[in-house]
Amino acid sequence: MHGTKILAEADRLMVVCNSCRYCEGLCAVFPAMEMRRVFPDGDLNYLANLCHGCGACYDDCQFSPPHEFDVDVPRVFAQVRGDSYRAYAWPAALSGLFARNGLAVAIIVALCVAAFVIGFVAFNDPAAVFARGGGPGSFYALMPHNAMVLIFGAAFIYAIVALVLSARNFWRDIGDPTAKGPYPWLKAMHDAFTLHYLDGGGEGCMNDEESRADHRRLYHHFTFYGFLLCFAATCVATLDHYLLAREAPYAWYNLPVILGTLGGIGLVIGPAGLLVEKFRRDPALTDEARLGMDTAFIAMLLLSGLTGLALLVLRDTAAMGMLLAVHLGVVFALFLTLPYGKFVHGLYRFLALVRYAAERRAMAGGHSE
Amino acid sequence: MADLTRKYDVLVVGGGNAALCAAISARRAGASVLVLEAATKFYRGGNTRHTRNMRCAHDAATKELTGPYTEEEFFDDLLRVTGGNTDEPLARHMIHESKAMLGWIAEQGVRFQPSLGGTLSLGRTNSFFLGGGRAMLNALYRTAEALGVAVEYEAEVVELDIADGMFLSATAQRANGERATVRAGALVAACGGFEANIEWMKQYWGAPADNFLIRGTPHNRGTVLKLLLDKGVGEIGDPTQCHAVAIDARAPKYDGGIITRLDCVVFGIVVNKHAQRFYDEGEDVWPKRYAIWGRLVAGQPDQIAYIIFDASSLTMFMPSLFPPIEAQSIGELAGKFSLDPATLEKTVAEFNAAVRPGTFDHTILDDCRTEGITPPKTHWARRIEKPPFYAYPVRPGITFTYLGTRVNKEARMLMKDGRPSANMFAAGEIMAGNVLGRGYAAGIGMTIGSVFGRIAGREAAGNARN
Repeated sequence: MHGTKILAEADRLMVVCNSCRYCEGLCAVFPAMEMRRVFPDGDLNYLANLCHGCGACYDDCQFSPPHEFDVDVPRVFAQVRGDSYRAYAWPAALSGLFARNGLAVAIIVALCVAAFVIGFVAFNDPAAVFARGGGPGSFYALMPHNAMVLIFGAAFIYAIVALVLSARNFWRDIGDPTAKGPYPWLKAMHDAFTLHYLDGGGEGCMNDEESRADHRRLYHHFTFYGFLLCFAATCVATLDHYLLAREAPYAWYNLPVILGTLGGIGLVIGPAGLLVEKFRRDPALTDEARLGMDTAFIAMLLLSGLTGLALLVLRDTAAMGMLLAVHLGVVFALFLTLPYGKFVHGLYRFLALVRYAAERRAMAGGHSE
Repeated sequence: MADLTRKYDVLVVGGGNAALCAAISARRAGASVLVLEAATKFYRGGNTRHTRNMRCAHDAATKELTGPYTEEEFFDDLLRVTGGNTDEPLARHMIHESKAMLGWIAEQGVRFQPSLGGTLSLGRTNSFFLGGGRAMLNALYRTAEALGVAVEYEAEVVELDIADGMFLSATAQRANGERATVRAGALVAACGGFEANIEWMKQYWGAPADNFLIRGTPHNRGTVLKLLLDKGVGEIGDPTQCHAVAIDARAPKYDGGIITRLDCVVFGIVVNKHAQRFYDEGEDVWPKRYAIWGRLVAGQPDQIAYIIFDASSLTMFMPSLFPPIEAQSIGELAGKFSLDPATLEKTVAEFNAAVRPGTFDHTILDDCRTEGITPPKTHWARRIEKPPFYAYPVRPGITFTYLGTRVNKEARMLMKDGRPSANMFAAGEIMAGNVLGRGYAAGIGMTIGSVFGRIAGREAAGNARN
């Protein structure tokens, strides 16, 4: 009846939870569950991706292990989510990258960094690579701007296409005809940008049974907004380049540098904090098999932030050439691996929130709340 | 690990809502407090783990409550459910104190939410714990421990040293097999009833008690209750009575909680193991009907019964843990429970023939009824004719017992001769019979626990310091 054993287990849990409903005030998952009496695989994938893994329901549950009903929604949903990333990946031939994801990402990063280092040395006079940097155009002396745009543009477009097609697979599976008009999308954006449901019902995430704290939400905000700021820095720099004919590197007070610096700081504090929280977390709540995937993506973001900040600080020294190669290699690998790693959680969770907002509106009789 | 060798001001026996409210309130009043909980850390809290709301009087709507619930209305509800079987001054005192309880409980870290799915009828009167009873307990334990209350798990009190109504010490059986005797200036007994003690239940119910399922903690064995009554504490409540509802017969013996309840009696008929109906399934609306069927099933042979309904009702009630048994014909359905197929077919046919036309509405006492059969079904009677057919096997599920220790407004135990105890107090299910002599109203057990727990803790602390 179910595609996998873990989906069958998720179904069993939803039957238990639907006959209890004590957790309905904690997050979106349980109200969404209450709209159903049976749970086909598409709905379970929807509910699992709607779950933010805050852990509050496990802490509150009178039936969690060692009780014989063995209810552990955060862990089982983490496993279902992990499987769903693989099931929806485009192209399906690359879905294997989700297995042993940490190793796969590490190899891709190493290859990308090596390619940029070797490329810099091969295409340039070695002396130029290790010359003191600084001044407008010094990056492009090592790699022509058009080459950079071409390579990164291609990687970026590939990532977008793969992500959109993966998202389409997910949306078709959880398929919801009620998500019409702007309301569900705006509501979902609000819930995603605030991480509304990562608050454990108001008191913060449950890390262990002694304490509650919202550290994970805070660090995720650092990470997410850091990522957005870095992305904005790149966009502004591209406009500067083409519209104003101004060449990087820019002085510290220029907008791309300010955005990139703030973003880089976010991408160091956020991922570092998330890593700490990940290893502090009660193992009962996590899908240990996916630890590699989770840490790989966090490590990639941390590396992007660290190498970017190092490049900013040391761009006037002889280390600039190598740092640029390493930073570009890391960012290139980040783009390539986006559709095949933990990044997709944001996409699917956002779509799950869209469906949830639409369902709630439909239940309320067509009026937005 | 708590220090069991020193003398505490207040010893609290039990680990649920009443016990923790007592511990926190005693500690806040300046006393040193030890809590002895029989269960492991995970199973701490007795039946509080399975609760989800409390009933408190309030004069105005709040963020979570849809309207006012006056003391007078609360008392009227209590009179109605108990049939007057309550100590009026004590009940009025509790209801008055319940007003301050919502705020006090929130100050201890417990969070509330509006009532949502399936419980809208209680949205005005009852305050729901965000995340349910275990979430409430977790908050109380966090607060108690932050205040410096010592808590010892897997420490079941098996002996009390009481001299002339004065508590001296308690002896606890610990997980490692050793016994520890703890001295304290005052005792708060908040360790539940005796519903999980099947041998004790059999004194009143005989062999049928073996077929009872206990909905909550297996630790409510009444050990401390019995010790207290044996040592001269006054008794209250009918010892033979317990709150029993019909729950899924496939539920575990203990601790199945809320999810094995079945509230679909009104949608079909209920037959015993001889495939015969035995009571009007359409007598009354929830919650009254909910509370009578446990006792009714207990009175049937082998304490088993079957709720039979058809496809037209399948999605009209809250889902529960186990799916109903399904069959394409009544005869086939009977075979799945070793009921006699011919008899069940006859019972259903007779019922169907007796159903009169009407307008079905399960939210009111509607006009769908039978004529010419015994027992009748006086409301919600519809023919059972649309396959597939379904059945739930049900047994009596025991929630709590009524026997307890007599107390006064200070939650102080009263001895058999009516004298107040020097230093013994009680709160929660162990003294609920003072207020709730019979029947039940949703959330009132938690009110009794919180209000008398808070009072008991405060009084015990005052007592111990004097």
